[in-house]
Amino acid sequence: MKFIALITLCFIPITVHPQGVKIGELNSYKLFPAFLEPYKKGMELALEEVNAAGGVLGRKLELVTRDDGGTPGDAVRVAEELISREKVNLLMGTFASHVGLAVANLAGQRKVLFLASEPLTDKIVWENGNRYTFRLRPSTYMQVAMLVPEAARLKKKRWAVVYPNYEYGQSATASFRKLLAQAQPDVEFVAEQAPALGKIDAGAVVQALAEAKPDAIFSALFAADLQKFVREGNTRGLFRSTAVFNLLAGEPEYLDTLKDETPDGWWVTGYPWSEIGTPEHRKFRDAYQKRWNDYPRQGSVVGYTAVHAAAEAVKKAKSADTEKLVAALQGLKMQTPFGPVEWRAIDHQSTMGAYVGQLSRKDGKGIMVNWRYADGARFQPSNEEVRKLRKE
Amino acid sequence: MQFLNGLAGASSLFLVAAGLSLIFGVSRIVNFAHGSLYMLGMYLAVWLSGRVGFWLSVPLAAVAVGALGAVTEISLLRRIYRAPELLQLLATFALVLVIKDFALWAWGPEDLLGPRAPGLAGAVSIAGRQFPQYDLFLIALGPAVFAFLHLVLTRTRFGLLVRAATQDREMAGALGVNQRWLFTGVFALGAALAGLGGALAIPREPANLEIDLGVVSDAFVVVVVGGLGSIPGAFLAALLIGEIKAFCIGLGYSKITLVAEFIVMAVVLVLRPWGLLGRPLAEARIAAGTESLAAPKAMLVLVAALALVPLFSDAYTLVLLTEVFVFALFAVSLHFLLGPGGMASFGHAAYFGLGAYGAALLVLRAGLPMELALLAAPLAALAGAALFGWFCVRLSGIYLAMLTLALAQIVWSVAFQWDALTGGSNGLVGVWPSGWLSSKVAFYYLALLACALAILFLWRAVDSPFGYALRASRDSPLRAGAIGIDVHAQQWAAFIVAGTFAGLAGALFAFSKGSISPETLSVPRSVDGLVMVLLGGVQTLTGPVWGAALFTWLEDAVSREIAYWRAAIGAVILLLVLAFPHGIAGFIRRRLTR
Repeated sequence: MKFIALITLCFIPITVHPQGVKIGELNSYKLFPAFLEPYKKGMELALEEVNAAGGVLGRKLELVTRDDGGTPGDAVRVAEELISREKVNLLMGTFASHVGLAVANLAGQRKVLFLASEPLTDKIVWENGNRYTFRLRPSTYMQVAMLVPEAARLKKKRWAVVYPNYEYGQSATASFRKLLAQAQPDVEFVAEQAPALGKIDAGAVVQALAEAKPDAIFSALFAADLQKFVREGNTRGLFRSTAVFNLLAGEPEYLDTLKDETPDGWWVTGYPWSEIGTPEHRKFRDAYQKRWNDYPRQGSVVGYTAVHAAAEAVKKAKSADTEKLVAALQGLKMQTPFGPVEWRAIDHQSTMGAYVGQLSRKDGKGIMVNWRYADGARFQPSNEEVRKLRKE
Repeated sequence: MQFLNGLAGASSLFLVAAGLSLIFGVSRIVNFAHGSLYMLGMYLAVWLSGRVGFWLSVPLAAVAVGALGAVTEISLLRRIYRAPELLQLLATFALVLVIKDFALWAWGPEDLLGPRAPGLAGAVSIAGRQFPQYDLFLIALGPAVFAFLHLVLTRTRFGLLVRAATQDREMAGALGVNQRWLFTGVFALGAALAGLGGALAIPREPANLEIDLGVVSDAFVVVVVGGLGSIPGAFLAALLIGEIKAFCIGLGYSKITLVAEFIVMAVVLVLRPWGLLGRPLAEARIAAGTESLAAPKAMLVLVAALALVPLFSDAYTLVLLTEVFVFALFAVSLHFLLGPGGMASFGHAAYFGLGAYGAALLVLRAGLPMELALLAAPLAALAGAALFGWFCVRLSGIYLAMLTLALAQIVWSVAFQWDALTGGSNGLVGVWPSGWLSSKVAFYYLALLACALAILFLWRAVDSPFGYALRASRDSPLRAGAIGIDVHAQQWAAFIVAGTFAGLAGALFAFSKGSISPETLSVPRSVDGLVMVLLGGVQTLTGPVWGAALFTWLEDAVSREIAYWRAAIGAVILLLVLAFPHGIAGFIRRRLTR
């Protein structure tokens, strides 16, 4: 009898009074650990800061993290678990674009706020954007647009492009072609290489690019593909007389692995963590190094800022109710380690920027030099274009 | 110049493929963990080269990986040679998970770029172009290793025994060859070759955690194209594929490299069913295990009980159970092919994915109501299965399995690249059920009803005259043919039935998630299906259902609670494999009938 009573107890939903404000975070921790381990540390640091300062609305901010398995199908299931079992107030996270898009679509269907921290795809705020989805990082389009002014200034005529063959690489290249041709009408694209992600046959690709005799190369490669490309290119002398523009290659996650292979003079977007001396970044860096005894990566900044953004939104909304949070995030202005950003009401994209600079070597390590901060607010298409893409 | 690039690529490909081919030839083990051994070789070599220098690190890494291979064979694989076929595949799949998490734990998440090879760091000028010295070294090394293996196999006693066992392993055993040490020796040699390949790759690419599955699939393709167990075949196939890839890039068709090797494999298998230099496999004389055809009445009680669940459970339990139903149907449809049909498919996800994409496209592009799309979507899978099945049933055993894999990869690459229709790598979003089915409870009942009916139908089919003819065709094609059964026709029909129901599972999956991406028809999804079937037990009807439930629940529960959840799942699978070599349902049945 006791046993039956116990069993029955298990099925009675335990009603807990809402104690804290819950963020349900899901990410591909096992698939992209190099980016996401620092990301998680950044999130935890921000969480501690928020709660040390009294939490939000007098309540504690809570963070529930889950591995999303790296596929849209698993991620949707995990998100459902966070929504219906954990009863989180908002969703956050995801890394790969297709996973981000699937969760964004679920958020629209279930009317839950989704703060997409990392996925870069333009579509998550444009073609497939919805009322409940906001994105923190500068999109593929924005990061490309940040590089284009430098590329146009060089007045190189013959360009080659190389990118991983999936949506990020394809849309980066398409944006680059379009924007560069607008800035420099006589540009000519002489070669295009699209190896499968993670499987670049670097020797053959470098060879094929060299055959086309380009003046400059645009690359969207990253991680293992980038390292193979750089080493083969160095050995075969591809970069000796060619200017190279590479998205993301200045992020510590990708730059640090290159060590003494780091090619001189490449134009990149990235994060020169050791050199940014603004007070807001110094404060973040010191706190991070004190807490984790490690230096911050790009992922650390994203995780840290995303949690603070959620906290700011709750404070501004004076509620953890979804509709009020959405209204609060639209146009929310906040401070970040990169400086002030605004969450655009028009497409729910934050104006967080990136650092544009050139690669160099110091003591056998790759660093960024001649860098400047490119404010995300300045690298957006016109409002009409955005409205057209969002079908509003 | 691209010719030389192709040669360098071919050499490294050959090293891994040769080891895989040796292992398969002798022990018939489909070693999924071969790529993981390669990855371990890379990490070990990077780690060691910081201490003893690159050139010494290469043989050390190879020996270490070889020793690990020997230990694995003795402690794990040796225990399950007598288990139903393909169970070793499940064990090696578990190893993949464990080794990946081990590497993450031991060497951290960041890619490790190894040193350049001292003495061969630079480039030489060939025809006005700079060509890496190290690549020239690799070009020379491939044939050298080939010659070495050839000498070992043709001139030593060990080689004689290996060749004997490759040709007919029971006969070799009957003649007094100590198979235990032969198997251990071959597995260790194969593992060492994988480790060597990995160690030699570090001047060209960084050690990273994603390399394992990529390498093993490339190696499989080379082995199958060359002919299983044939070292010269592997060499020839490596050359062919290396060169084709290099020339695709040289001629500006780099996008095709995504599937180039699978297209080659499909063409070769259709034209030459045993690979370029392979010979027909000797029939393995394993008596087909007795199978239980009882679909217990208890299942009806279970379905009735499941129908009551929504009365007292939370919404997430329904989401999870819906997923269990979908995968149970997927696993049962695969089992229909694998068990009664006797055809192992490594590409069953293709039909699951065709169903899912069919559903999504009918709703989003053709504007069909969801109910009609759900009914019509399996037809897409049916068409795919009819087309591919026609080619596949002409092969048997592992060659059939690899052809299904190649065809699935081709379908995957079409879905991955055809942006205008399939949404490319992002897939399609916004595939939701109609209003009256959109609540979790309603969709739960839909999934339960559809999956239960479909599964019962498949089980009935096994016990029907068609099922008898199918099993006869599996157990003895010759005798079945002699009594007037059209063996290929039975198998083709089974292929179509299995594919269609996988498509139904895929369509339900799409509507339960609201979105689909190319992953729904990728190799990992096919492997998941195999794992479910094998976990549950091939020789029972209900096994796949239990396997699907257990695997789905494990993934959900373990990934929430344990940071190294991949290794944890791998460890659980290993334990289950060792404890219940006939699967969970097989174990229970043996207990009951004893």
